[in-house]
Amino acid sequence: MQQIVNGISLGSIYALIALGYTMVYGIIKLINFAHGDIYMIGAYTGFAVVTYTNLGFFPALIIAMIACSALGVVTEKVAYKPLRSASRIAVLITAIGVSLLMEYVMMFFVTADVRSYPDVLSNASFEIGGVIIKMQQIYILITTVLLMVFLQYIVHRTKVGKAMRAVSIDRDAAELMGIKVDQTISYTFAIGSALAGAAGVLVGIYYNSINPLMGIMPGLKAFVAAVLGGIGSIPGAMIGGMSIGVIENMVSGYGGSLIKDAVVFAILIIVLLVKPSGILGKNTREKV
Amino acid sequence: MKKLFTRNALITLILMAVSFVVVEVLIQANIITAYYQITLATICINIIMAVSLNLVTGFTGQFSLGHAGFMSIGAYTCGIITVANPTVGGFLTGIVMGAVLAALAGIIIGIPTLRLKGDYLAIATLGFAEIIRIIVQTLDITGGAAGLNGVPKFTNWPWFWFFTVLTIILVNNFIHSSHGRACIAIREDEIAAEAMGINTTKYKVMAFAVGAFFAGIGGALYASTFFFLKPATFGFLKSIDYLVIVVLGGMGSITGSVVAGIFLAVVNTVLAEFTAVRMIIYAALLVVVMIFRPQGLMGSKEITFKLLQKKPQSNKQE
Repeated sequence: MQQIVNGISLGSIYALIALGYTMVYGIIKLINFAHGDIYMIGAYTGFAVVTYTNLGFFPALIIAMIACSALGVVTEKVAYKPLRSASRIAVLITAIGVSLLMEYVMMFFVTADVRSYPDVLSNASFEIGGVIIKMQQIYILITTVLLMVFLQYIVHRTKVGKAMRAVSIDRDAAELMGIKVDQTISYTFAIGSALAGAAGVLVGIYYNSINPLMGIMPGLKAFVAAVLGGIGSIPGAMIGGMSIGVIENMVSGYGGSLIKDAVVFAILIIVLLVKPSGILGKNTREKV
Repeated sequence: MKKLFTRNALITLILMAVSFVVVEVLIQANIITAYYQITLATICINIIMAVSLNLVTGFTGQFSLGHAGFMSIGAYTCGIITVANPTVGGFLTGIVMGAVLAALAGIIIGIPTLRLKGDYLAIATLGFAEIIRIIVQTLDITGGAAGLNGVPKFTNWPWFWFFTVLTIILVNNFIHSSHGRACIAIREDEIAAEAMGINTTKYKVMAFAVGAFFAGIGGALYASTFFFLKPATFGFLKSIDYLVIVVLGGMGSITGSVVAGIFLAVVNTVLAEFTAVRMIIYAALLVVVMIFRPQGLMGSKEITFKLLQKKPQSNKQE
């Protein structure tokens, strides 16, 4: 049970990151490798806000989200937009390049040292039936759920969301219907990156340490989560994220902490081989 | 076989011999000191790795992010064998075993994953490379996370020269065979290639295995040169290093990989003290090249001797 509780709070962070992957993939068919690093930068922004301005948790969260969405949009405009018509491999390599660039530029400026987050949420914990639940875990879960509800609202109830869904189904047709495709893509990046930024702040608080390369592993795992849940599907990303978080904690809880990453990747490969569309994904057929 | 000794083949042979002799003389004359011999080793390993990755990614169009995984199999195999049997015979066995095991891993990994396409394949190969790394980390025979220390050093310039030239020639021949043409057809359009009767899975796995084989050789040379192996060396970033070379040189250009391999090894040596700056330059290079020249600096062109005849260049270790 304890592992499940820990798993859910870790999983909700993965889910937040996975949402960004899923949205971007849904709309421009790109695995945005830099997404994990946007999450890292979110963590640093939150750290800077909390440490230097003494603002509380929520202002830090919001500032980090805004900073990250700006960064996401800039990345998209500078690096991905010129490659709209290029091959997918070219775009993917660019994404890897952007990711490395963010990591090492950050490393250059903030040094590779691990920093510890100040306590902005209470460290209190309580016990229900032998399971220890930290207040922080509750905050993480609440924040995640709120953000997801908000996201669902944007995607299903607003015009921007409608445009996003239209572009992800058929970009050309959407453009013919008068949807500004580039603008919609920018919105997608902004929203996805904001979620990653929030995840960064939450992770900083939860694990209490951040470093410039922290985005690689969670980024990859969140991608696994997105694939598991069905790439392009928002509820899928949530389910996938939670599952990966719980599985990972279960594996390390039963003495396999060394192989927990291997297990996650094994899940990825199994999913890709057995049901590449994921749990909630749509089957697409390749056409000539 | 008729064409074995055409003019081009002769020039190639002469150039290879010249490159060997020139560098050997420079080493003997102590102009290439021990410090620069490390750079030389890096150049050769870069070339071997990049040419083999180019076969998979550039020529067959299968985007692999797991090349360092195969390299680590070669490195650890050779390392373990030479530690147990520190003779030249042991070293040769190590290289061959490393390459064969890497190729086997390539087949095992290739058969399931090569059904995937594009970015899914990239992630799956990345996942496999990570799994290989984690397995290496948990085994006892490989020294676990602490690494394998004291691998005896056998490599010197003749070894490097031999294996680099071997890799270039064999990969080049592979590409110009009917198998190679099948691979290029798959890159251009997989569905069309299949419709033309090419067994796409077979050729993809073949290219993958051949690529892994040479990556194994590269890894074995690495083990013997740097005599210390740890799992973290062969992570995701190592795969990216070689991908950068392939991309920079041009996907589908062997000479491009060779030139880029030399160039980046030299850049590495110059920037050895500034790791962070080096990575920023790498990353920026990758993004800029992709935005302005997505086909890489050379595209799929090769530096051929026709070019050389027009304007003679210094020998490029061809």
